[in-house]
Amino acid sequence: MRVVLKIKRFNPERDREPYWAEYEVDVEPVDRVLDALEYVKWHLDGTLAFRRSCAHGICGSDAMLINGRNRLACKVLVKELGARITVEPLRGFPVIKDLVVDMEGFFAKYRAIKPYLINDEPPPETERRQSPEERARFDDTTKCILCAACTTSCPSFWANGEYIGPAAIVNAHRFIFDSRDRGAAERLAVLNARLGVWRCRTIFNCVEACPRGIDVTRAIAEVKRALLFSSL
Amino acid sequence: MYRGREGMWSWILHRVTGLGILLFLAIHIVDIYLLGWPDVFNKLLFLYRHPVFRVAEVFLVAAVLYHALNGLRILLVDFWVEGTRLHRQIFWVQVGIFLLIWIPTAFLMLSPVVFGR
Repeated sequence: MRVVLKIKRFNPERDREPYWAEYEVDVEPVDRVLDALEYVKWHLDGTLAFRRSCAHGICGSDAMLINGRNRLACKVLVKELGARITVEPLRGFPVIKDLVVDMEGFFAKYRAIKPYLINDEPPPETERRQSPEERARFDDTTKCILCAACTTSCPSFWANGEYIGPAAIVNAHRFIFDSRDRGAAERLAVLNARLGVWRCRTIFNCVEACPRGIDVTRAIAEVKRALLFSSL
Repeated sequence: MYRGREGMWSWILHRVTGLGILLFLAIHIVDIYLLGWPDVFNKLLFLYRHPVFRVAEVFLVAAVLYHALNGLRILLVDFWVEGTRLHRQIFWVQVGIFLLIWIPTAFLMLSPVVFGR
């Protein structure tokens, strides 16, 4: 199967503006977009830059805008897209080169919500026990792989890059609603700030974008309600 | 624009209708202010009786109606536990209610212009 890969390229040391480059690639229908990108890099143009690590939909490195949707290049098959495939870097982040974007701000917001268990109580003899129901309370938000597909589909984030963004809220949700955690108040204080959860306008693009199928807007709504009613 | 699904469109329309209502309110405040000069006010009244203004009013009704109904939808999404799961269905119900109210209203408002009474 012959496909045309149309890639938005940009080298800040050479180009004044991003430009489109097209590559014809022979692939199997069940190949992934990542395979096509690797073919370009290895055989056609070694200067193409993109991130990938595990290549199996777990590490979250290769989120990009593929045919107008944020997806993981390693998780979408060529046959789902047809003979023309358009690949762009994630929107709303500064482009470092080609498909590689600067995610430092994204991870700074992730760190701001303290994404680790906070509990100063003396540890029990064995483990901190949790019932299946208590575990289920935050199950959906444990699935996040920090690929930034949600945050970069969010118009509130495009309008103001300082907005903490859906990914950070999802990861805060994961601990706020964890029965073993005692840091909810600290996290909710961060999310209650001017650039916190209240910038969410329930546009639901994040839910459309999440490659892990997380109901992001629901998690954000639960955090909003927790702030309003202190109901944890 | 990202994919242009229900959530994205409902938000864009909310913004556009909000700005439209704001524009109307600005005009409205100016014209009521002109009541201080009854002569000027009366002379400008022909603007409000003009068919074009009547058509614009139909769209003003649309803007207020959409903005109000979408506000209720956002309340459901924010406060009802099932709201985020059913937001798409709620949106289409909202569109239905909107058309059900707007089309007869538009007919009543435009019939004097179209049929002359």
